[in-house]
Amino acid sequence: MAIPLEGGRDTPFEVGGRAFRSRLMVGTGKYADPAVMVRALEASGADIVTVAVRRVNLDRAGSDDGILGRLDPKRFFLLANTAGCYTAAEAMRYARLGREAGFNDFVKLEVIGDQETLLPDVAGLLEAARALVQEGFHVLAYTNDDLVTALRLEDAGVAAVMPLASPIGSGLGLLNPYSIRLLKQRLHVPVVVDAGVGTASDACVTMEQGVDGLLMNTALAAARDPVAMGHAMRLAVAAGRMAFLAGRMPRREVAVPSSPLEGMLD
Amino acid sequence: MTDTVRVIVNGEPQAVPRGSTLLGVLRTLALDPRTVVVEHNRHIVRRPALDAVSVAPGDAIELVHFVGGG
Repeated sequence: MAIPLEGGRDTPFEVGGRAFRSRLMVGTGKYADPAVMVRALEASGADIVTVAVRRVNLDRAGSDDGILGRLDPKRFFLLANTAGCYTAAEAMRYARLGREAGFNDFVKLEVIGDQETLLPDVAGLLEAARALVQEGFHVLAYTNDDLVTALRLEDAGVAAVMPLASPIGSGLGLLNPYSIRLLKQRLHVPVVVDAGVGTASDACVTMEQGVDGLLMNTALAAARDPVAMGHAMRLAVAAGRMAFLAGRMPRREVAVPSSPLEGMLD
Repeated sequence: MTDTVRVIVNGEPQAVPRGSTLLGVLRTLALDPRTVVVEHNRHIVRRPALDAVSVAPGDAIELVHFVGGG
């Protein structure tokens, strides 16, 4: 459902030389029911959906447990991730396998540094990003909200920097709007906030910071009704983006009346 | 001399007919080559080459595909 808005013109979201209508990207993990997943993805309006590379389950060979039977690659742009990788070498191996399995040379690069928080290993991330860019990948780098790391990633030639709002799967929302705004102000490549969004208000506040896009998985998959949350997130991302483009009023610590002071009765 | 060799597929030992190619291994496992990516001793082998690469005892073969993920 398109919502026509006067003056609501936005530029397309561009990354790696491709343009997308939606600024929302969604993951495909953790859904109990694949049919619900597909409906939630459709409700979200996302063009880009992330997938993981894993071993084929040989015990269930033939009864395809892959996801391509559920997702139409003509409808969704499949973005392979390197989730679960803890070294640059491992992430590069997964990226290459994902490129072979997929339909494009984009990769959502994750190099995880800590099992408990799933926070990124920025040294490994930079090493893998540099190598994969050299191999012709469009690298979307999942990172923390540190400006210096983001600048190094941009220097390495990544297609997008993807700082976290808060830890993966936490649903804590945007913990440091200042850092995210700073990244967006300083970087030239797209900034796509990835991970930590829990509900629609989190998505809206994140987009109000002026970032180019937002990626989420658990917020939909773990909602009581993932399809309804998909709708909510589509609206929240659009609302946050529109509010950013509109430019918010300044904050004041005193009241300013909205109605005229003149013309009051004696 | 047996008529099978043992290779390691996705970390598990697997007996395949001696002289099998990678495509033959996929057939043995009832897998459609269009749905998997094959890594043979750490090298990705593309689909058209699967029938040109023979496997040897002890070879490590990884068969992967896309699953749901964030």
